[in-house]
Formats: sequence, structure tokens, C-alpha cells
Amino acid sequence: MSQTMTRRQFFKVTAGGFAGAGLGALGLTPEALQAATRPFKLERTSEARNICPYCSVSCGVLMYSIGDKAKNVEASIIHIEGDPDNPVNRGTLCPKGAGLLEMIHSENRLKFPEVREAGSSEWKRISWDEAITRIATHMKADRDANFKTTNEAGVTVNHWPTVGFLASSAASNEAGYISHKVLRGLGVIGIDTQARI
Amino acid sequence: MTNHWVDIKNADLILIMGGNAAEAHPCGFKWAIEAKKHRGAKLVVVDPRFTRSAAVADFYAPIRTGSDIAFLGGVINYLLSNNKFNAEYVRYYTNATYLINESYSFADGMFSGFDEAKHSYANDSWQYQKGPDGAPYMDPEMQYPKCVLQLLKQHYSSYTPEMVESVTGTPKEDFLNIAEMIGECSKPDKVMTILYALGWTQHSVGSQMIRTMAIIQLLLGNIGMAGGGINALRGHANVQGITDMNLFGANLPGYLASPSDKEPNLQAFLAAKTPKPVRMAQMNYWVNYPKFMVSLLKAFYGPNATAENNFGYDWMPKITGAQDVLALFEQMHQGKLNGFFCQGFNPLASVSHKAKIGQALAKLKYLVVMDPLATETSEFWKAHGEYNDVKPEEVQTEVFRLPANLFAEQEGSFTNSGRVIQWRWAGQNAPGEGKGDMEIMALLFTKLKAMYADGSGAYAEPIQKLHWPYRIPTSPSPEEVAKEVSGYAMADVLDPKDPTKILAKAGEQLAGFALLRDDGSTACGNWIYAGSWSQAGNLMARRDNSDPSGLGQTLNWGFAWPANRRILYNRASCDVSGKPWDASRTVIKWNGKAWVGNDIPDIRADTPPSESVGPFIMNPEGVARLFAIQGMKEGPFPVHYEPFESPLEANPFFPNNAKARNNPAARVFKGDGDNFGKAADFPHVATTYRLVEHFHYWTKHSVLNAITQPEQFVEIGESLAKEAGIGHGDKVRVSSKRGHIEAVAVVTKRIRSLQIDGKLVHTVGIPLHWGFKGVTRPGYLANTLTPYVGDANTQTPEFKSFLVKIEKA
Ligand code: SF4
Repeated sequence: MSQTMTRRQFFKVTAGGFAGAGLGALGLTPEALQAATRPFKLERTSEARNICPYCSVSCGVLMYSIGDKAKNVEASIIHIEGDPDNPVNRGTLCPKGAGLLEMIHSENRLKFPEVREAGSSEWKRISWDEAITRIATHMKADRDANFKTTNEAGVTVNHWPTVGFLASSAASNEAGYISHKVLRGLGVIGIDTQARI
Repeated sequence: MTNHWVDIKNADLILIMGGNAAEAHPCGFKWAIEAKKHRGAKLVVVDPRFTRSAAVADFYAPIRTGSDIAFLGGVINYLLSNNKFNAEYVRYYTNATYLINESYSFADGMFSGFDEAKHSYANDSWQYQKGPDGAPYMDPEMQYPKCVLQLLKQHYSSYTPEMVESVTGTPKEDFLNIAEMIGECSKPDKVMTILYALGWTQHSVGSQMIRTMAIIQLLLGNIGMAGGGINALRGHANVQGITDMNLFGANLPGYLASPSDKEPNLQAFLAAKTPKPVRMAQMNYWVNYPKFMVSLLKAFYGPNATAENNFGYDWMPKITGAQDVLALFEQMHQGKLNGFFCQGFNPLASVSHKAKIGQALAKLKYLVVMDPLATETSEFWKAHGEYNDVKPEEVQTEVFRLPANLFAEQEGSFTNSGRVIQWRWAGQNAPGEGKGDMEIMALLFTKLKAMYADGSGAYAEPIQKLHWPYRIPTSPSPEEVAKEVSGYAMADVLDPKDPTKILAKAGEQLAGFALLRDDGSTACGNWIYAGSWSQAGNLMARRDNSDPSGLGQTLNWGFAWPANRRILYNRASCDVSGKPWDASRTVIKWNGKAWVGNDIPDIRADTPPSESVGPFIMNPEGVARLFAIQGMKEGPFPVHYEPFESPLEANPFFPNNAKARNNPAARVFKGDGDNFGKAADFPHVATTYRLVEHFHYWTKHSVLNAITQPEQFVEIGESLAKEAGIGHGDKVRVSSKRGHIEAVAVVTKRIRSLQIDGKLVHTVGIPLHWGFKGVTRPGYLANTLTPYVGDANTQTPEFKSFLVKIEKA
């Protein structure tokens, strides 16, 4: 889905105030933009369509990344703007959505699994394998100790009452469904989501 | 939303109340501007603050936070007293004509059936009077005193303009002006829309605020209409989709109920959940409950679910008691939970009463946080100065933090507030070793499945039987899962009218929920999403934005649930004979043979109007309920009750009944009641809200947003500033019974002080976006102040109305 932008499209983008500011922040000086004597930076990018993850207007966005999808090449998004085809936002983004690029490159993104041991005041980096094994071991120990097959009245309940799970409302529908399926599969009943709040 | 974002442009009157779309949903709000510019629509805003929505409104009125039912009840009284309602719509499409039991009563703030010890109602007196054949009695003239319309009239007769002014602080002339504008929309060719958000849901009477508005929209005949409806502007980008997937203890995907300990087997469950018909000829959509439930069990347990084992019903955990977030943290606080998971959820910041949340988390054995960002919750144990004053050595919880990906790194679907499901593609990988939520869940599940493989441990059967057909078991693909959610045939699906006809072959994707079966031949992870990935492919990824009707329906853009319908209850956009109330805004119409038009009809396409099938097909009686015979904890009609922390000693409507001061059916846990403040100590009303530059506790991690709003502040009006000796820019301390925050004071004309029940009440506005993690300046979590009580039905915490005091720091 790579796309070459025409200059006309480009000026439409920069006219969008914030989007323009975002480009400026990337080192494209206004002079260079106007002169357009060198190839436009988005020319070699790939485009992917996505949705702003903030409010429920769910504005369509176009994300431009450098680095194609070839093996051993890491794509990195360098520009995000509103999707002009989306019938709801028609290319606009609000001040929240204008900061999406800075969000995905935030210095506070988590990059590795970590553990904070009981009583410790520090994080410690661990591998995924260690993290999943340790968490699953906790889960199994708790489930084995507290799983209830019947209640006091003898009714089959088959639930695990000592665990709770708060589900993301920024996850995709598919991730939400898989979370639900896994949780019920394990017998979890203490489930809630951000949607309530 | 019963309607959708673009449809707002079809309205004649736009009421924004309980929300602030211009700042919280800016790009959706532009459709309100579109309506103003191109239709000459009027915009009315009612809010405690003069917001940016108010700044472009045709009319703005202030209101005391938490008093919306008094205001809207006043509107109902106005509409009924001045004959400003659509009588035909009300007669045929609502239960206005139905007679209610003689034993039903409402006196001094309480309905019949209250159990004081349990703080709950038995609703057997709130039922229809029924004849020997079980059919309800009706009075088509709507004159009989026990008919719903007369009861409604009676119920709101005390909500006079004078009373509205005294309780809400809205000047009487302002109120009457708005009521008049609303009344105009009872004309068949005038339509009002209402845009609300968390300003209604986050109250101890939040659900009833919304219901009061729904009653108004039904009286006006505005539900089902283009430009009308009841439009909840949801909080997060996919809050609608995750709600649809029902990640709630009490529900299964598609708003099915979770089995409980009261339904020991599938037969008992289906008997309890499948409604019986009340009137002949109604569609009563929920009679299909067994098909939806069995298809879900087939999606969960696959070939392991058979008719012999009740499709695996026993494997499904049975719930006991409440499982909402307040109930969960209460259990945790009592030490009853050992493990807890936060997936993209930051409860230390976003659940009420931070101190209690922190204490509860410290009682866990292990906490797992899956998030793209370093959240406050993940560091609840860590000392962050005055913002999080804890001693790590005293917290024995083992905390794991797993890096999750962000939207830009995910493929899959999101559902917007207008129920339109849209597909998204990834543009990069998560930084470092980050993984998607789906992969993390699959890793945990496959690990546990392996640990339980030898049959050891407690009840391993459901773990082994869970259907897990994914090509890479540790990482199901979005496509595989989306197809399962939409539904497929496990065996040939036959036509019930002609069993020689195969409607879908085994293995094929299903075209819609009409093909779901209760015999195990179909699997569907969420019946309302059925057909979103049919044999024709992924309909959620469609990108044809053409709009031939000009109404903004774009039927070939994405997929709207259910059945790609864009406006719910659209049968009600036509009169009884099937003619549109307003031909210039035709959603659907009866052409003599079928329902046709600019949307998927919300009625069987070949059902002639003469069959009198009601437009509200989700209710067995086919009509909308002005009077809620079930489903509402605190009564069939909304009543104004004060917030749990109120500046008033008593409910002005029932000054002599202390029991009716607050919502009688709300749940207050032991200990939390003592944590409610009194007006004598905390004299000012406070409310929390969003700013246009920020989204919750997320964008404080984005440097661009942090630059635009770097530092925590609170807003107060000029008269309070004067009274408390606070100047613009001063550092102030705002305290509630539960804690305090410090912030910069913004003194503004935008927040007025109001005369309430004879006394002057000030409001303190508290934007909620700061915390001790992020690239903004550190700040206090706003939920340090808020009370631990929720709406009686949804248990959404009362973030929007509480009491504080303010002083110079
Ligand atoms: S850009 Fe703004 S209006 Fe659009 S979805 Fe994001 S937060 Fe909402």
C-alpha cells in the first residue's frame, strides 16, 4: 500500500496546522517545504490505515512509515495524519490526535518485561519466557488452591473466585474476544473493563 | 449511539448535556456545526461550565452538577402539560397505553416494593395488568389513571419550572426557553438529537439521567429518525467494541448473560433468559436466545461442545454476586483476591478513591500489568513524593509489567460510537520486545494448558476443551479470530422451511445472525457481529464512502452492527402506515410490498404495516418502555435524588424523607459511607472533566500534548475566588473527605455560582489528566478526591458530583 504523495496533497496536509507543526518538528523547514527542491520525505514511505485510539469518534488516520516490510528491516512511523476518505473525520484530527506520533514514540513506552519483587523498590528486566512462566505458575497455584467446582448449596459453579481481570478498551475487538475466551476457559468470573468507567 | 456521527448533521436541534463534545469528541462535534451551518439547526448546551461546546451554542444554560433529572423531569412536565408530544408515536410505539398494576405506587420519593434492609426493590408491582390470556390491558385513549401516560404525567407534575430553578440553579426563563425549543421537535418534521457522555453516566443516578432523556425522545417521536436518537458519545476509541465483547463478569459476548449459580444447567439458563411473548405478532428478537448462546458455546468449545454435554455449559464458570470494578476492588481491599491483571487499564488513576485502590493492590500476591506505557498502577508500590506517598518495603505484592503494543502496531477491528466496525492495519512493530494483547493472552493460555496437560491440579477439563484452532497457537491472527467472532457453519445449515435446501455449507462463513442455530451446526463468537466477515470477505474493511441518500449513511463503509444497520429502531421513522414522518429524511419506508430505503430495515423486510409489528423488537411487547417494568434498580420512572455528597441536607422534592435523599438502591460498601463528606466541612460542589488537549492518563506521555497542557490546574468562578481569597495563578489545595490535591487555580467567568434551594453554591472544576508518570509536570491523580459509590445499575463511579473545600496552598 505504498503511495506517492503529490505536492497538491502535501500542501493540503500542511495546511492542517498541527499536522504541519508535526512535519516541522521532523526537521522539514518551511523554506525547504515551499521550495520542494528535494524529494518529499513521505515519498519513500509505506502507508497504513488505522484509527486514533483516543475518543470514540474513532477518526481514521493514515500512518507513514519508513523501512519497507522486508525481512530484517524495522519499519518506523514518521508521520500520521487524518484519513480524508473516512466519512466521519474527513481528514481532520483534533489536538489530542495531533500528538499521535509523539505518543507512539514516547519515552515512556514499555520495551521489555519487568518484575518488581515483593518489597523491592526497583524494576528488574526479565525475559518473556521467565515472565510468562512465573505468572502462569502463580496463576496455577492460586487456581489449584481456590477453584470451586460447587457452591455451598451443591450447585455446579466451576469458577475461580480469587483472581480479577480488567480488560482494555483500547484493544481490538479480536483481542477483546480472545481475552474473554481465555478468561472463561480458565474459570475467571472477576472481569471488568474500562467501558464501565 | 442509536444513530451515528455523521447523522448528527440531520438534526434540527442538538442538545448537548452531560457531555462536552467540542472538547471531548472534537472531530465528531463538527457534525453539529455542519447541522448549524447547512440545516440551520440550533445548538443548546446545558452544563455546569461554559464549555467550548457552549461557546458556539445558540443557547447556553448553567446547571448544578448531579441535578439533570430535575431539569429533564421538568421538560417532561412541560411537554405533557403543553401537549407537545407526538401522540401517534407515543400511542403505538411506546407503552404509554399499557395499564400498570393497581399495587404500584410512588410516595415521598419511594416506589412500592422497597426492602430497606437490602436497599433494593422487588419489582412485582411494577408490572402490566394482564388479562386471563396473559395479554396486557391497554387504554388507547391514554386516559385511564393507571395507564402509563397518566402515571408519567402524575409523576412529573411536581417538576415545575420553579422547582427546576431551585434544585438545578438554572434560571427559570432559561429553562423555559430550552423546554420550548425541545417542544418544537414534537412536530413530525422536526427532530432533536441528544449528545451526552460521561457527564451523565458518572453519577449515582446516571442510568436514570439517560432514561429521562430517552423518555423525552420517545415523547417527541425522535427515536429511529435520521437526526434523532439517543447518542452516548463513548469514552474510548474501542469502548463500544469491548462493551460488545462484554468483558464484564456478568455477561458473555453479544450482551448474553453469564450463567450464574441460579441456573445449574443449560435448559434452566435458556428458560430463564428467553423472554416469553406478551403480545401476538411481535418480533421479540430475544426468542432467538438459544441460537445465540449455543453458537457461542460452539465457538468457545468447538467440536467438544455437543448436544449430549449441553454444549459444554458446565465448563462455563457460573458467576456469584457482583463482579464490577468497585466490587472487585472491595473484595481485593478485604484481602479476598490473590492475583489481578490490568490490561490497558490504569485503575489507580481511573477508579474512584485512589487511597483505597492503592491499599487494595498492596494486599495482592501478584499483579500483572499489560500496557504500552508506564502507568501509575504499575508503580503503585513506588514512592513518588507527595503524589504517591508509599513505602515500597511495606508492599509485598509481586508486580509484573508486560510491554503491549499500541494502536499503530495492531491489526484488527475497532467499533466506533456509532457501532461502525472498521478494520485497521499496523504501520510498525512495537518498540523493543512489545507484543499484542492477543499474543500475551495466548502465551499465558498455552502455557497454562501445558502445565495442566498431565491432568494434575484443579478441574483441568475446560482448559483442555477450549477450542483453540489457531494456526500459531501462541499468536492467533486477527483474521482467524474475526472470522470466529462473525460466525461459521460447523455442519451444513439447512433451511427450516425446506430441509433439502442448504443455506450455508459446513466450513463457510455465515451471512448473518438469521443463520444461527441451536443444534450445534453453527459457531459464532458474537451474534451481533454476525455477518461482519461473510463469504464475501471482511466487510469491516470496506472503504466505499459513497452516500447516495445524502443522509451520511455510507452503508458500504465498514460494517455496522447489527446487520449493517446504521440507525437503530428505524421502523419508528415511519408512521403506523409505513410512511416516513418526514419524507425529506427518509430512512426506510413501506413501498406496498417491502421495507426499502436508505438503511437496513429494523424489521423483517416483508412484514406489512397492517401486521402491527412494533418497532422496538428487542422488547417482547414490541414497544419502547416509558415505564420500565424491569431492568432499573431504583424504579420504573426516574426520580431526582441528590448525589451522595451534596450541598443539600435533604432532597428538595422530599424534604421530610431522609431515605429519599440519595438513590435508595445504590450500593454503599461498609466503611465507604463514613468516607462521604458533609457540606459543613466540604462546602463546594466539584466535578471532573477532560480537556481538549488531553486524553485521560495517556497523552501526558506524548510530548506534543504535554507541551500544550503541561501543568495541573483547577477552575473556579470569580465569586468563589473572592470569597476564598484566591487569585488567578495561585497554588491551591483542594480536599475531599478522602484526600487532597494541589494545583494552580484558574479563576474564570466560565463557572458560575448558583442559587440552590435558597443558598449560594460554588463549583470547583477539576480537569483529570495528571499523574506521577508522564512527560507533563507531575501532578496528583484527580481520583484521590472522588467517592467510592456508583450508579445503582451500572456501578459507574460518581466522578461527576462530590464535595470539596479549597484553600490557598
Ligand atoms: S483525533 Fe480527536 S476526535 Fe478524532 S478520534 Fe482522536 S481524540 Fe477523537
